[in-house]
Amino acid sequence: MNSKINFIQPEYLHSGHYACPGCGAALAVRYLARALGPDLVVVITASCWSIIAGMPPLSALKCPILHCPFPSAGAVGSGLRRGLDLRGKHSTTVLVLAGDGGTFDIGLQALSGAAQRNENFIFVCYDNEAYMNTGIQTSSATPFGAHTTTAPYPLFKKGAKKDIMHIMAAHGIPYAATATVAFPGDLEQKFRRARQIEGFRFIHILSPCPPGWGADSADTVELSRLAVETGFFPLMEIFEGGAPVLTYRPEKRVPLEQYLKLQRRFRPLELQQIETLQQGVDEEWERLLKAAGPV
Amino acid sequence: MPDVKPVLMQGNEACAEGAITAGVRFYAGYPITPSTEIAEYMAEKLPRLGGVFIQMEDEIASMAAVIGASIGGKRALTATSGPGFSLKQENLGYAIMAEIPCVVVNVQRMGPSTGVPTAPSQGDVMQARWGTHGDHPIIVFSPASVYETFYLTIAAVNLSQKLRQPVVLLLDEVVGHMREKVLIPEMGKLMVEKISDQVPPDWKPYDDKGLTPLVPFGSGHFYHVTGLYHDEFGFPTGEPAVVSRVLDRLHNKLEQYRHEITFTNYIGHKEPRVGIVTYGCTVRSARAAVKKAYWQNRWPVGLLSLQTIWPFPDKEVEALARQADIILVPEMNRGQLVGEVERSVRGQAEVVPLNRYDGEMITPDQIMEQLRRWLP
Repeated sequence: MNSKINFIQPEYLHSGHYACPGCGAALAVRYLARALGPDLVVVITASCWSIIAGMPPLSALKCPILHCPFPSAGAVGSGLRRGLDLRGKHSTTVLVLAGDGGTFDIGLQALSGAAQRNENFIFVCYDNEAYMNTGIQTSSATPFGAHTTTAPYPLFKKGAKKDIMHIMAAHGIPYAATATVAFPGDLEQKFRRARQIEGFRFIHILSPCPPGWGADSADTVELSRLAVETGFFPLMEIFEGGAPVLTYRPEKRVPLEQYLKLQRRFRPLELQQIETLQQGVDEEWERLLKAAGPV
Repeated sequence: MPDVKPVLMQGNEACAEGAITAGVRFYAGYPITPSTEIAEYMAEKLPRLGGVFIQMEDEIASMAAVIGASIGGKRALTATSGPGFSLKQENLGYAIMAEIPCVVVNVQRMGPSTGVPTAPSQGDVMQARWGTHGDHPIIVFSPASVYETFYLTIAAVNLSQKLRQPVVLLLDEVVGHMREKVLIPEMGKLMVEKISDQVPPDWKPYDDKGLTPLVPFGSGHFYHVTGLYHDEFGFPTGEPAVVSRVLDRLHNKLEQYRHEITFTNYIGHKEPRVGIVTYGCTVRSARAAVKKAYWQNRWPVGLLSLQTIWPFPDKEVEALARQADIILVPEMNRGQLVGEVERSVRGQAEVVPLNRYDGEMITPDQIMEQLRRWLP
């Protein structure tokens, strides 16, 4: 796996953005913008990134941005792509940036529609596992066991996290992938690959949120790494809805507890609940290995 | 009263607490600034009271779930702000048509669209009236304080149950996020209208004769609930005579109970030369202005504050217009309710709008400045 980063390349996300310290989403967009290059237009649905992009006179993200209403990201992206195409601007990359709410919940209908029509743009979900911009409310991306302000202690999120990768892959889209900021080389490579592909591309980025997860802002990369090493968030690619291709296989998976204990949102999880979570990850991992087949 | 305790609370909390006091045990919500606190409060409180809080996947779903819960026999409420209120409109219209009691709270923020999510506004007055399509009736309350929010929420829940009519509670960011003293009675003291368990023998779900109680599903009565025009048993019909009768009934029940729906309050001079008509958080500034103009300066000024804005309290406004030469209508929009005031006044007084739409409140000084145009 290529984990080298070329630091001498143009940046499109500059300092002075509005993200919290240690924001995984800001880092992710910095890397992906590098990979997608200057001819980029971005559609952002209501999410933390509505704020992060910055306010006048300074915008931290140096490309045209269309902030669209919450449920509409997939549809606005579709229209924008077709509009550009009609004007012959085929080389311009359309990137739709949505949080987990704008992807898993309110945005799912428009997303599914765009995927089914195989619209030619890249949809990125930066997944911080709750509605962070309005103050940490549960979303269907929130993992089992986490506390949020709408599942306050002693309550916790009951259901499991929605498996968005398989939902998207089931649409038979040309390209679906997962990425994290702990593997920037891998992330950039996936975006460069996505750029070459025609049709609907979906990339799911796990993006740690220090205030929302109750984590140290210095731990964002560590958490992203642990999510992958524990098998909680496997790095993979799925082409044409086929078998998943694992882009990173940890030699020995780290116990999930190490990932959970860095986050206050999982405290105090009973041993039994940790086991439930671990068991879920184990089962999913086995299923994934089986589907992916031997290396 | 020994069983009433003063509590310092936020407007959004008072709304949630009022709903709980009125017996709401179901909340379906979706986060949106500046109404999120209502969802958070309900998420914490309802499970302890044996109620249900569901975090829904979007605004449309939260309105729809409230309708479902109401037909299921639970008092239900949801809260949102402008963009979410837009999404809820189709289901709101459905609830009006199918006569399903529910309460929708809209903590107004500066629009249109995303607008300024953290700034107050009174821009949704007409949306609350006409947001959903069709020639429908609606009840809309607009509280001016945390205290009013608590009691109007209770009234909203009770009236929606009694009249089988959705009620919109139009808060604004100022009232929603302000903290004030509220006197909270003991639980259950203010729960007036109960969903009737005692079903009359000749019960029909959509009876033409007066009010018919909602009998929830699962009570042994089989009936249809539909957004189509329907006969008295709920079965769809396109019969012209039935269609107009249904729409008339929807409107008539509000007219018949107008005295229970209409809340207004008048303070100031008995025979005012200038009358101020306003609602929501703007009442606070108007009250401060009247304090100065009337109680200090003895100017002939009065304030008619409207807690109910739809159906519009036209009789009350007209009564004021018979006294006053000038009616001043301060609003935090480009002039929405002022049109209704003009219609009700019927030329008996000059109606002067005072508008502000920069995301800031109208100040008492702004109102005083206007009053000085006509008074010493």
